[in-house]
Amino acid sequence: MLLKFSKRGNTLIVSMCGELDHHSAENVRAKIDNKIDEFGIKNLIFDFSDVNFMDSSGIGVVIGRYKKITEYGGRVGIVSLKPNIKRVFELGGLFKIIKEYKNIEEAIESF
Amino acid sequence: MYHNEMKIEFPSKSQNEAFARVVVAAFASQLDPTIEELSDVKTAVSEAVTNAIIHGYENSSGTVTIKCSIDGNKLTVEVIDFGKGIEDVELARQPLYTSRPELERSGMGFTVMETFMDTLEVESQIGKGTRVIMTKSFKSV
Repeated sequence: MLLKFSKRGNTLIVSMCGELDHHSAENVRAKIDNKIDEFGIKNLIFDFSDVNFMDSSGIGVVIGRYKKITEYGGRVGIVSLKPNIKRVFELGGLFKIIKEYKNIEEAIESF
Repeated sequence: MYHNEMKIEFPSKSQNEAFARVVVAAFASQLDPTIEELSDVKTAVSEAVTNAIIHGYENSSGTVTIKCSIDGNKLTVEVIDFGKGIEDVELARQPLYTSRPELERSGMGFTVMETFMDTLEVESQIGKGTRVIMTKSFKSV
């Protein structure tokens, strides 16, 4: 899975491209954690625009980063979920703790 | 009634998770599924194969077998491993239960399979392995 990172103020934006499953999860997890530490950012946005497939491994990746970010008082948002991916997150009860935003701008404004 | 079947075997490498779900989806495509139905099948297969690799074989080497059959508009998918088996299937099927909390797993694998397919059966024997049988009927045929 290809990851692109950008930074806006104290928010890290992770744009993911490809399929998020158990195989890709480990690498995704390590790369995001490295960037969080490297940039010393507060908030995190997961951009799912180019993620075509995700199984329950993705829930673990998002919740793990949520724990890390909220530990230091930061906020986490998710943007641009395709319907099949949204259903996996709904099943995992993810939207009880993390909000989905229409786009990156909306997420940044709400932080 | 129309019948068709296929069987694949592959080593328990995480690289094969994507291979397995795409092969099953390609086999199911002869039933003219909707995009949503096809993505349900892919997700369920991905969960079952991931379980076989992480829990059945605990990331050691083994063989995962997938048998698929079509009867009329119904797809049956069996995902079989010859790994360590599940001690308590009832417990393993509970949402959020995970035997490996250190792996940052969500414990939602069986719940996803149950929700995205019509039926789910789990047969397991300690030291012998696990067989997950899922079925789904396609509306469009």
